Amino acid sequence: MSPVFIILALVTLLSASAAMSLRNLVHCSLSLVVTFAGLAALYLQLHAQFVGFAQVLVYIGAVAILIVFAILLTRSGDTPNQVVLAPGWIAGIIISAVVFAALGWAVLNSNAIAKQTPAAPDVTVKNIGDALMSKYVLPLEVMGLLLTAAMIGAVIIAMRDEHKEVK
Amino acid sequence: MTPLQGYLLLSALLFAIGLAGAVTRRNAILALVGIELMLNAANLNFIAFWRFGPNPEALTGVMFVIFSIALAAAEAAVGLALIIAIYRHYKTVNLDEVKNLKG
Repeated sequence: MSPVFIILALVTLLSASAAMSLRNLVHCSLSLVVTFAGLAALYLQLHAQFVGFAQVLVYIGAVAILIVFAILLTRSGDTPNQVVLAPGWIAGIIISAVVFAALGWAVLNSNAIAKQTPAAPDVTVKNIGDALMSKYVLPLEVMGLLLTAAMIGAVIIAMRDEHKEVK
Repeated sequence: MTPLQGYLLLSALLFAIGLAGAVTRRNAILALVGIELMLNAANLNFIAFWRFGPNPEALTGVMFVIFSIALAAAEAAVGLALIIAIYRHYKTVNLDEVKNLKG
């Protein structure tokens, strides 16, 4: 357990709980950005540089901005006056605590987890690009198709329905 | 505690936080944010197992996480578009008030 890991884990966990518990949605999205940045730093710690930078580009650059846009477009940017939690929130907290207890018990008691730390893998972006263009080329194409379909679908769903207003 | 266990516990805690947020908050945007946090916890698991598992040259964990990030971006775009459409129809994003199938 290196001190770097402990600091990054604390930053990630604290900002994640802040993102889930603050009342103002704009503050929530800002702490979500800190969570994503902490996760990207953890990926860099794990020698997965490409994934870390992809995390920065996609999550901090795109998803967080999308969430801010959605907050502003739905006019939920100011602090709400009424209660922000759903009626059965105690049950939800209990369920997630039980889920964490089960996962933590499995992690701490598993025999499948290797005890020694292997040497850092030497993986460059060139290896990843080679693999994407040879072994994983079909999933890559499918992903491109999916992203196109998702983009068109998102535009159509969010587009204003003009015909209804004419009628 | 080995480093792998540390990463796995961190990701389990992140998953629990995301789950708690997704089921307890009334705002639809925050429910989506909770789902994103759960996806990120799963990604952290993949990377940790890839780093500390045998045979990291196979790149399986990294590839899975790259595709998962692309999938999460598509999911966020469509989900937020749905929330905007719901807001236009109901004038609210409060999940308790969106309960009519035929509005």
